Amino acid sequence: MRERVLKIRKLTSAVILTITALCALWGIFWLFFVIFDVIRNGIASINLSLFLETPTPPGVPGGGLKHAFIGHFLITLGAISLGIPIGILAGTFLAEYGRNYRISKVISYLADTMITVPAILIGAFVYAIMVKPLGSFSGWSGSVALAIIMLPVVIRATEHMLKLVPWTMREAAFALGAPYYKVILQVLYPATRMGLLTGAILAIAREIGEAAPLLFTSFNNNFLSYDMSGPMASLTVTIFVYAMGPYDYWHSQAWAAAFVIAMTILILNFIARIILKGGKHYY
Amino acid sequence: MNPRLGIRRKLDYLIDKFFFSITFLAAVLVPLLLIGILLVFIKEASLAIQTFGFFSFILSPKWDPVFEKFGGAVPLTGTILVASIAVTVGVPIALGIAIFVSEVCPNFLKQPIRLAVDLLAAIPSIVYGLWGLFTLAPIHAKYIEPFLQKVFTPIPLVGKLFEGTLLGIDLFTAGIILSIMIIPFTASITIEAFSLVPRVLKESAYGMGATKWEVIKDVMIPYCRIAIFGGMGLSLGRALGETMAVAFVLGNINRFPESLFSPTTTVTVKLANEFTEADKDIHLSALFYLALLLYVMSLFIIGLSKYLILRVTQK
Repeated sequence: MRERVLKIRKLTSAVILTITALCALWGIFWLFFVIFDVIRNGIASINLSLFLETPTPPGVPGGGLKHAFIGHFLITLGAISLGIPIGILAGTFLAEYGRNYRISKVISYLADTMITVPAILIGAFVYAIMVKPLGSFSGWSGSVALAIIMLPVVIRATEHMLKLVPWTMREAAFALGAPYYKVILQVLYPATRMGLLTGAILAIAREIGEAAPLLFTSFNNNFLSYDMSGPMASLTVTIFVYAMGPYDYWHSQAWAAAFVIAMTILILNFIARIILKGGKHYY
Repeated sequence: MNPRLGIRRKLDYLIDKFFFSITFLAAVLVPLLLIGILLVFIKEASLAIQTFGFFSFILSPKWDPVFEKFGGAVPLTGTILVASIAVTVGVPIALGIAIFVSEVCPNFLKQPIRLAVDLLAAIPSIVYGLWGLFTLAPIHAKYIEPFLQKVFTPIPLVGKLFEGTLLGIDLFTAGIILSIMIIPFTASITIEAFSLVPRVLKESAYGMGATKWEVIKDVMIPYCRIAIFGGMGLSLGRALGETMAVAFVLGNINRFPESLFSPTTTVTVKLANEFTEADKDIHLSALFYLALLLYVMSLFIIGLSKYLILRVTQK
């Protein structure tokens, strides 16, 4: 009798542990399914004219997404130049000047919460504070929305990296008479530069695939535009519009754009991992 | 003493104060933004709040831009339904993955599986959406849904859930896509929590003759339950606010779903589709009202989950 109970218990354990293995397979299956499907459909529609030509009038096959590539690049550049410096400064406050303040703990917690706030709501917020008062969709407002999305990621990464630097290193600099800002600028930032770079790369990887915050801010534009104060096309919004549209060549261009975005993000993620592994600095 | 040194010191002091101030301002931006979003939404939604009130807005299923009658019952229900499907399917799988990675799989597989799970989170939602629309929805419509319908329809009550025309553009497809997207959140937090279980606890259970599953079920999961709840909450919060992945495959039809296979809408999908087309003030205001409700809902859920996770990991 006891032996039978033991057998049943062992069997239950084995069955359930096998199920957990199937769970892992399930997750990996979808990952490969999505990635391979994007590669298969994307590569088939990638060609030079995708990058070099502007769109044809709707319904006329051909053309490319040059306008969306340039728009996406400019909006991202704007977001990076806003989000990363502010994020690094804020992270510096949390890890250095404000280390012992209670408010820093609260802000860290809020930044953590902010990471998961629905992106589309950030878009609606920027619409209300920028697009509505200024009277027009603009590339700049898209940059602001994306910067808000990057901000908490950069803050948390910076804070984390700075806190990894041993306290004695700061003390050594203090002992030489260096004021705190010099310690931060000349000792801590150089010591953590690889870590800060990784944080920035991961934040860019996160923001570059966002479509929802751009829908109400940079909106869309069927023409090539370098004017950040007017509506601007982006790859992600173009994917949305083209995929929902009726033409087959739109669909294949949407796949191509998705391929470019997904690959960029995967590559950025791998670069970040390689830097973290290879760094002999304080991460 | 060299008078120049004094000036130098003063300058250093001033620069330091200045640097302190700008880092402080940058940090305070976070709470300011979070409160600012709330206030802006309240202000923009005030017209709709005054016109429709609270309860009659969330209970009314009418969404009629022509007659200017707006109620959020359908998108709110849709949001909660889609998120619940995602969590019901996704969380058990995420827990399974966490158990597999921490307790079952050989060491050389751990890193690759964790990497794969992390990458699931790295793929942008618009790519999931595109893939869902052109690849998953047709597969669902052609193979999976007819199969489910055949199996479940004869069963009374449950069968009702599986009725309807099979287009693949429905609650079921949206829920499945979301369930894949939220796996990483629960999984990575649970893996982290499992790693915090003291060895001694596990060893003593093994010593008493417990099987591996019994150790997991009776020692590890109870020990980590708060963190696991936190991870589940995070997944839920993520699922509530997801836009692009759902926008493609849900149909944006303002009607209560009759079964798993009917199209409906969510708050985010409604925003994505109607925001820039709303030409009446009251329409835009009603959309902002929905945004406000979603914001409060997700801040609450995410805030609570982060708090639970923080409490565990900082111990």
